[in-house]
Amino acid sequence: MNDTSQNMMMNETVAQLEAQMAFKSLDFYYGKFHALKNVNLEIYKRHVTAFIGPSGCGKSTLLRVMNRMYDLYPEQRATGELLLDGENMLDRNVDVTVLRAKVGMVFQKPTPFPMSIYENIAFGVRLHEKMSKSLMDERVEWALRKAALWDEAKDKLGQSGMSLSGGQQQRLCIARGIAVKPEVLLLDEPTSALDPISTMRIEELIGELKEEFTIAIVTHNMQQAARISDYTAYMYLGEMIEFGVTDQIFIKPTMKATEDYITGRFG
Amino acid sequence: MSATQESSANTAAGAGKFGDWLFFNLTRLFAALTLILLAGIIVSLVVGSWESIQKFGLSFIWRQDWNPPMEEFGALIPIYGTLVTSLIALVIAVPVSFGIALFLTELSPVWLRRPLGTAIELLAAVPSIVYGMWGLMVFAPIFAEYVQPLLAGTLGRVPLLGALFAGPGLGIGLLAAGIILAIMIIPFIASVMRDVFDVTPAMLKESAYGIGSTTWEVVWNVVLPYTKVGVIGGIMLGLGRALGETMAVTFIIGNTNFLSTISLYAPGNSITSVLANEFGEATPGIYTGALIELGLILFLITLAVLVSSKLLLLRLAKHEGTKT
Repeated sequence: MNDTSQNMMMNETVAQLEAQMAFKSLDFYYGKFHALKNVNLEIYKRHVTAFIGPSGCGKSTLLRVMNRMYDLYPEQRATGELLLDGENMLDRNVDVTVLRAKVGMVFQKPTPFPMSIYENIAFGVRLHEKMSKSLMDERVEWALRKAALWDEAKDKLGQSGMSLSGGQQQRLCIARGIAVKPEVLLLDEPTSALDPISTMRIEELIGELKEEFTIAIVTHNMQQAARISDYTAYMYLGEMIEFGVTDQIFIKPTMKATEDYITGRFG
Repeated sequence: MSATQESSANTAAGAGKFGDWLFFNLTRLFAALTLILLAGIIVSLVVGSWESIQKFGLSFIWRQDWNPPMEEFGALIPIYGTLVTSLIALVIAVPVSFGIALFLTELSPVWLRRPLGTAIELLAAVPSIVYGMWGLMVFAPIFAEYVQPLLAGTLGRVPLLGALFAGPGLGIGLLAAGIILAIMIIPFIASVMRDVFDVTPAMLKESAYGIGSTTWEVVWNVVLPYTKVGVIGGIMLGLGRALGETMAVTFIIGNTNFLSTISLYAPGNSITSVLANEFGEATPGIYTGALIELGLILFLITLAVLVSSKLLLLRLAKHEGTKT
């Protein structure tokens, strides 16, 4: 851990913090557009890190770097380092399917696969592990329980994932993400398409999931960031403006720009 | 003043209403026209083939003789030829089209997508008679010299399957016709598949990539199920075209009504090639009736394909809801 980040969390005891992921001088380009500029950041194990900032500031891009989703698009590229458990994931030799098994992602809108609820979860597990039907049944139940969907879905596991409501579908996507047993879960505005009650359930869920997973969440909703995250990063125009303990960022930000954004004077 | 304004407003409204009424009935007329045409075609096919239907009844379908001087007619060989060549075409065209669509939507570099996609669509613009001439003069000799001996030496040695590749390789025949048909329907199936693959939401694909799927797993397990209605529609479009294709098949199928082996190397006849070859010289009476009945059968086969594809889609929809 470097000096600057140590300074940033004066209130936390440094010993219990372990960096799961780290960006080192990360730059990102959409073609010629320089979308992320020299980002340095650590994401701590079993904590929730929230990314806030106005639209187009690069927070979603940062998430898409973390599982190398940008690899799908030839005109997008990243330079610098992305460390996962100390290994550089931007290395050409890294197998992205293995990386993505370790770093799961949930999107703005629920995206159930066109298959049954059971298969939605088993599909991802089967990609990485071979297991018997009974073990798979247990895994599916475990994931659905973790995602607080088991009670609602246990009687209709055979039905299409599309038959669930929006909030249930999003929890199914979370269940699908954790069923693979990743280390990190990336949430890209996971509640932006949901009603307030579903949003509340997902927020509660995030609080429970951080016991086991490292979570990075992008949100437009600053109250949400304040409610659920341990650390908050404020980004603007592709730069990491301020990073620190959530309470501090919201109560006493060190940067004027952060304060302006949080207090609604801008953005 | 105000009275005149009112009355002019009334007439304007009246004109608008009349326009609506006219437009509504005009569109209704056009819609009805298609039904009337369809019914008219069916009726004239049945009337035209009545003599043959009366004489042979249902046995027309499985009778093998086709002897105009003796007035003996049976449709088995043309029906067999039509079904077999279309089946060969589908077996070849569906996987190839899937590969093309997958490459164009997921794997191809961006700069190559447009030119390649356009080239494949241009294949559909080649007139079918050109395919026929090319098939007869260029493809068939090469096929006879190189491909048929190769197939006979490999697949031909497999038990059971071998019988399909037995006999002398003449170039022309059922297999060659099926392959030419495959080339003709690939652009249709491939461009429909590409279009439906393209409309799959990026977020859905990314979610599948996001749990560590490879491109193949994403396309096979997520994109294909998501687009199955469109994909089946594209295949049916191709099949419909293969069943009805006339000129190219006539050039290369061999045009013979004798079929003694199940070998795909053998020349044969399809419904359309019989019609193209014989309609001009058919004498009025039962000969013409038999030919028209062939047309009616082709119509019914196409109808059956359409209906069964609808049923297939219904079953798939049901299946998805209850699968465990």
